Amino acid sequence: MKFVRAFGAGLLAAASLLPFSSAQAAEDTIKVGVLHSLSGTMAISETTLKDTVLMMVDDINKKGGLLGKKVEAVVVDPASNWPLFAEKARELLEKEKVAAVFGCWTSVSRKSVLPVFEQLNGMLFYPVQYEGEESSRNVFYTGAAPNQQAIPAVDYLMSKDGGEVKRWVLAGTDYVYPRTTNKILEAYLKSKGVKAEDIMINYTPFGHNDWQTIVADIKKFGAAGKKTAVVSTINGDANVPFYKELANQGIKADQIPVVAFSVGEEELAGIDTKNLVGHLAAWNYFMSVKAPENDAFIAQWKGFIKNPKRVTNDPMEATYIGFKMWTQAVQQAGTTNVDAVRQAMYGQKVKNLTGGTAVMNTNHHLSKPVLIGEIQANGQLQTVWKTKDVIKADAWSPYIPESAKLKADWTFPWVCGNCAEPKFKM
Amino acid sequence: MKILILALLAFLACAPARADEFSDAVRALNADNFADKIAAVETLAGLGDGRAATILEAMSDGNLLATKDGAILIQRASGFTDALTQAPASGEGAEPITVNNRLRGALRGAVGRLGLFSPDAELRKRAAESVLTSPTPESAGMMRRALANETVPEVRTLLALALANLDLADEDPARRRAAVAALRDSSDPLSRGRLQAMLENETDSEVRAAAEKAVSEINFRLSLVSIGANIFQGLSLGSVMLLAAIGLAVTFGVMGVINMAHGEMIMLGAYTAFVVQELFRAFLPPGLIGWYLPVAVPVAFVVTFLVGVALERSVIRFLYGRPLETMLATWGISLMLQQLVRSIFGASNREVANPDWMTGGVDLIGGFTLTYNRVVIIIFCMAVLGALAALLRWSSFGLHMRAVTQNRPMASAMGIPTGRIDAATFGLGSGIAGMAGVALSQIGNVSPNLGQGYIVDSFMVVVFGGVGSLWGTLVGALSLGLVNKILEPYAGAMLGKILVLVVIILFIQKRPRGLFALKGRSVES
Repeated sequence: MKFVRAFGAGLLAAASLLPFSSAQAAEDTIKVGVLHSLSGTMAISETTLKDTVLMMVDDINKKGGLLGKKVEAVVVDPASNWPLFAEKARELLEKEKVAAVFGCWTSVSRKSVLPVFEQLNGMLFYPVQYEGEESSRNVFYTGAAPNQQAIPAVDYLMSKDGGEVKRWVLAGTDYVYPRTTNKILEAYLKSKGVKAEDIMINYTPFGHNDWQTIVADIKKFGAAGKKTAVVSTINGDANVPFYKELANQGIKADQIPVVAFSVGEEELAGIDTKNLVGHLAAWNYFMSVKAPENDAFIAQWKGFIKNPKRVTNDPMEATYIGFKMWTQAVQQAGTTNVDAVRQAMYGQKVKNLTGGTAVMNTNHHLSKPVLIGEIQANGQLQTVWKTKDVIKADAWSPYIPESAKLKADWTFPWVCGNCAEPKFKM
Repeated sequence: MKILILALLAFLACAPARADEFSDAVRALNADNFADKIAAVETLAGLGDGRAATILEAMSDGNLLATKDGAILIQRASGFTDALTQAPASGEGAEPITVNNRLRGALRGAVGRLGLFSPDAELRKRAAESVLTSPTPESAGMMRRALANETVPEVRTLLALALANLDLADEDPARRRAAVAALRDSSDPLSRGRLQAMLENETDSEVRAAAEKAVSEINFRLSLVSIGANIFQGLSLGSVMLLAAIGLAVTFGVMGVINMAHGEMIMLGAYTAFVVQELFRAFLPPGLIGWYLPVAVPVAFVVTFLVGVALERSVIRFLYGRPLETMLATWGISLMLQQLVRSIFGASNREVANPDWMTGGVDLIGGFTLTYNRVVIIIFCMAVLGALAALLRWSSFGLHMRAVTQNRPMASAMGIPTGRIDAATFGLGSGIAGMAGVALSQIGNVSPNLGQGYIVDSFMVVVFGGVGSLWGTLVGALSLGLVNKILEPYAGAMLGKILVLVVIILFIQKRPRGLFALKGRSVES
């Protein structure tokens, strides 16, 4: 189940000679690994990111390559199988000797490859919004941390424009991302003076498809005379039946708005959005934002995928930023050596597709803007609120007592991803 | 002549003053920020101009557009009209005016208030319902005026209730008491919420006692409603499980084939619904789109019937009597079918829209909504089960089928073409799964993984109900659905599911053949 994509006829020839002269081939090309599921349950989301990396690779090769060499993408399929992620990561690093890997979607897949990357000193770019509470020397996190998505969304709903919400339903799928995010949100809401009886927390299994009871409960909870909102960390396939049930039970966005952290343009393409108009999503990128960079990116994507109807989404932008930053860092370092490139990554800047500039911080997370959008009848998200400036990601949330003490900083004197004290004394 | 011109000028200056205010307010709807837009909506609603309602309604539906030079247009199916002059206009370069939830709420309130004085009783009723969900103190005076003029009793009750909700916060204790008395008979959870909020800082002891009594009365009624709602939800979940399992009751229950590709037949049915919908969208007038679903049901049956027959003839017939190999082979086929669909339609979900007649629901008392799609699925499920039972009981094909499963050599000796009957039976089971897929596309995802979500539940239902018994499947599915929904509010969705599985395992220990065990030779052989 391995697809090797080579670009250019010469490259093909080089690839075919691989077993005999891998050292020579390694000199001719720079290999990057793509570790996204192309089959199984996560294929629905991850296939798009594989194509995004291929598009970026294609693009850089058209512009003359990197350090005078062609870039070659090595695509593997971990098939939504978490242990297989670790195996495939090892194969990419040990056998293919890739310079960097772009991959993973779920937190459990990231956790499963983490020891491999740390042991073999690889470099992983992780492009999805996640629960934070992690900073590895070998991973760059280009998706949002909770303070770049969840907390601004809640702030917006508490504001006058968001409807001054007083009562909260935190609904999520039962796994690590929703559990951690909800823990942070609960602590944050309580710090804002929300009482425990005004917070309802609900977890459902993966792929849950009978939402009657929960939606009826939400309706009941929202009928207590205070403005209520739902913060949804419901993942993947469970969203469609959830939104259908909301619409059918007549919950309108101006009565009980739902703000989701896992629903973007790609997911909305599979839902009839007529009845969802006004429900919200919080991301760092929306396809509908008018900006020259974004227009160019959308045109490039539609051309590459040869489908004028395909949409773009936030994890694609995160992949784009990660790839651009990596190529810039490689050029700055003059080598693909992981240690040299890592040093060059700090402070690396790339223009966001929605305006402004993303910066890589020494905690291996980005500073990015946060956007809140409302779902439109055409399946797009319309920005209704935006942070004035970029927000720096917290690797460790200050709202969870045990993680508030920790700091991630991979430069002197800290040189640590989860320390309460700097490693070196000044 | 001069005087005439002067008079005309004076007339032009005075008379349109009102109209100007109106057009200014309409233009202000396209303000830069939402606060100004809301102010414009309030002004417009306060002017009492008849044109306002149409404009505000268009705005809340997202059909109000602004051009670059500041003209405000209304978009209709027939084209664009200018909001002020109602003249047809070109919609080129016009951008929809963005609306957010707060603005949408304000719009609904404004439309509601305007509608209170409409001559159309149906409009007044809708307006009264809308003010009932979000009564604001500013609209109290307007509601009192409307109530004084109202003649239709239904609208009067709604208005009185809305006013009572507002009067709960009145300074006069007598008014508050009257409001509590009026709300006592309501079963609206919103009213209970307002009564509870009022109790938090109520000082008058008499009003307090009345309010507490009212809350406990409403609570009692609402708990009855929630029991009823639970039963409906249980039946609905049960009917979904039943629908997914009926096909399996034929292939596994009657034929004894452990068909792991059963879920993929459901998935193929759902994709057939998608294809039929797209064909309707492409080739037929938009008015007929609601009919795609009734058309998709027989089409899906035919498609999955053929796939089932092909599967039986090419693979399964060589594996009869070898359950392990059958299981592995069908499991492999299920993976192949999934990847095939993924290659053709892509990995992402496909949108299958609910037809209008299946969207929404009726609000029964106590905030309980009977959703149309669930009701349709319950009815459809019973119809499929009834048709299948009739086919097995009364048709000659059913007779042959039963004969083959009960005693193959004897049936063969009687001249029944057993091979053809096997293929048709497997096709029938697959076809029913395909029809189930059409129905399930209405409540869930249409993705290549769709079938996997139902396969475990289906086996659970068939094994629990008793292999080979249609009635067992029916009773099994409905009771599992009910138990699941009764447990869910207490145990949560996750634990509820686990508890149901534990109960089934214990039950199977006691009665290995399920609820309705078939008696006779066929079971043991």
